[in-house]
Amino acid sequence: MAVLEHGAAGWFAELKSFGINLLWHPSVSEETGDEVLDILARVESGETPLDILCIEGSILRGPNGTGKFNRMSGTSRTLLDISRSLAARADYCVAVGSCAAFGGIPAGDPDPTDACGLHYDGAEPGGALGRDYRSGRGLPVINVSGCAPHPGWMMETFQALALGDLAADDLDALGRPKFFAAHLAHHGCSRNEFYEFKASARVLSERGCMMEHLGCKATQAIGDCNQRAWNGGGSCTHAGFACISCTAPNFENTRNFHVTPKVAGIPVGLPLDMPKAWFMTLAALSKSATPERVRKNAEADRIVENPRRGK
Amino acid sequence: MTRLIVGPFNRVEGDLELTLDIAEGRVAEARVATTLYRGFEQILVGRPAADALTIAPRICGICSLSQSMAAAAALRGISGVQPPPNGELAANIAHAAENIADHLTHFYLFFMPDFARAAYAGESWFAPVAARFTALSGAAAQEVLPARARLLHVMGLIAGKWPHSLAIQPGGVTRALDLGEKMRLIAILSDFRAFLEKSLFAAPLEQVAAIETSEQLANFAQGQGDFAAFLRLAASLRLETLGGVALPLISFGAYHSAQGALFPAGLYDARAAEARPLPIGAIGEDVAFSYMRDSAADPARSVTQPDADRENAYSWAKAPRLSGEPAETGAVARQAVAGDPLIRALITQAAGGTNVFVRVVARVIEIAKLTLAAEGWAREIRLKESFSEHGPTPLHGESIGMVEAARGALGHWLSVEKGVIQRYQIVAPTTWNFSPRDARGVPGPLEQALIGVETGAAGAKAPAIQHVVRSFDPCMVCTAH
Repeated sequence: MAVLEHGAAGWFAELKSFGINLLWHPSVSEETGDEVLDILARVESGETPLDILCIEGSILRGPNGTGKFNRMSGTSRTLLDISRSLAARADYCVAVGSCAAFGGIPAGDPDPTDACGLHYDGAEPGGALGRDYRSGRGLPVINVSGCAPHPGWMMETFQALALGDLAADDLDALGRPKFFAAHLAHHGCSRNEFYEFKASARVLSERGCMMEHLGCKATQAIGDCNQRAWNGGGSCTHAGFACISCTAPNFENTRNFHVTPKVAGIPVGLPLDMPKAWFMTLAALSKSATPERVRKNAEADRIVENPRRGK
Repeated sequence: MTRLIVGPFNRVEGDLELTLDIAEGRVAEARVATTLYRGFEQILVGRPAADALTIAPRICGICSLSQSMAAAAALRGISGVQPPPNGELAANIAHAAENIADHLTHFYLFFMPDFARAAYAGESWFAPVAARFTALSGAAAQEVLPARARLLHVMGLIAGKWPHSLAIQPGGVTRALDLGEKMRLIAILSDFRAFLEKSLFAAPLEQVAAIETSEQLANFAQGQGDFAAFLRLAASLRLETLGGVALPLISFGAYHSAQGALFPAGLYDARAAEARPLPIGAIGEDVAFSYMRDSAADPARSVTQPDADRENAYSWAKAPRLSGEPAETGAVARQAVAGDPLIRALITQAAGGTNVFVRVVARVIEIAKLTLAAEGWAREIRLKESFSEHGPTPLHGESIGMVEAARGALGHWLSVEKGVIQRYQIVAPTTWNFSPRDARGVPGPLEQALIGVETGAAGAKAPAIQHVVRSFDPCMVCTAH
């Protein structure tokens, strides 16, 4: 449903302008009941070609491997079964959201429904379709992860597929399109100056960097979240709460999302590929160089000290 | 007697299946099932209390912020923290934006396209309705989606993103708006008002909110705009005679501020035409026909254990009951409890019951009322003051977080020990409305509303079935979670 926010002229118009014909969507298509089953039957028989299969939601394998936690209404079949059958017919298969990509929240401990993604079970290849799955055009499942993913991540993926512009080397190691997955959520964060000086917020609503105390994972999480507008101009860190790395497998198993785990006072999760010793050295150095303005604003919910030329 | 299985049921949120027993061209018995169970109540148990704010909203992609509000309210009930006025105002505006967006999505994308279907091609009103409301290609959708997206820019400012935000906290919201942002907020709401006053109402919002009688409503139907078009075809199809049910109407109350709640909590007894306090302690959940093991009825005591093999079960949803009886919730209940004269009059005219017509009217009228309220809240924000308070971490206690989602009463029953969630029970609006039967065999509200609906030769495809189901605007992912 988040994709309905996409496009200045509306999502339906943008689909049309890229020549994408929505065969069926559970929330917006006219067809219901038997008409839907007819559409699906024609795809399964090969009569109707299926260019892109989009699946949203975790694939539930339970109870006991039956998949009965998610039966397709109007049928005796499970979504586990139908997903496998349709994926075998699809030129491209897109997992929309971290649930369909990796399992997501339903796979969170104690994983009551034996949930997994289409092509991954957490970070492990496999999932509902098996590790060897390739779609008709030879690609693995394209994982537009995120909870929820940005409408642009979904739509730009569909558009690139429609134009034949997305190939295997456009995906990262977990099947996520690099156009958003080659960035870190940290890139473009409006709190960048606070990060640079390690001037930290102590509680939610303060303006400082949320990495040291408030669990922010933006320096480890993939996504161009702070380089494109969410709902016209927001982002998680911009709105005052921590990045929880919702684009990553197993993000759901974090405990205390808004508390940074530390060992001997040092955060455990440091920036993705930065040598720890260097990080510690630079952090100590930058902390000692923090301007008074930055220190004060970090611990306030609004700007209390304006920028001005130093003496 | 023939039995029809209806599914997948499109243009509702989530997985819905109906089983209809048809006798002499009418529904004799109906069973409503949700066919998806994910186990959120099990996943929440054992986690740090504050993590409910991350997990619970992810039940649903369209009611997410309402789930945040309920989780924050439940945690607030234990920690005792009180949000400052700005925190309440900002949360109310974001909550209103979600609920308005949901009402708009329902009217334009879920409900109205049924009148543009071939079954109605012979009606005198068909051609303009089909041009305007046909699914995907109708003219209205091309206007509504950009307007809806613009409205949801409210979320960019207050919640960071939608769905799934952590901005709503027990003590307020995580971002203090500055002067420019307050102006942007007011500008967004004014853009949205312009859309409503051009397309949906073709009239000022104040005029819509002032409609108090069915005569005034009938006059309004003579005007331009999509709501008037609905009113005319509703009169032609006599939608007030369709999907009737007479049950207690309940609201958990929403949009709290120093002046109280814009829409208060309560119970409306339609037969007596009076509102009463809601007996919260009389709420229980029955699982006689649910794929669940028996547990305490009281949500504060019950434990969720799925059982896919339970005999006689047909839905993953539990059956909420108030003093042992089913109850209806939603915009119609919320407005009846709040004393909206038009909605109460329409219910009285229908012999104390709700129906397809009044459910839709309540929702559309609420779009006008909420947009007006949100404009007021945005102007009330005092930028020099705080947007949040910081309370203690909830360590021990029990609480109920109660709000109104777009679709009605949403409650989170929370129990915490040593900072860890011991029990977490969620009773969602459509859990009430689309509940299965209870141990006494009493059907849920939709199951009752479908009895007697004429299917004729069309069987499961009968438009009347589609209208009755969608008039409740079900959210099935919330229903069973």
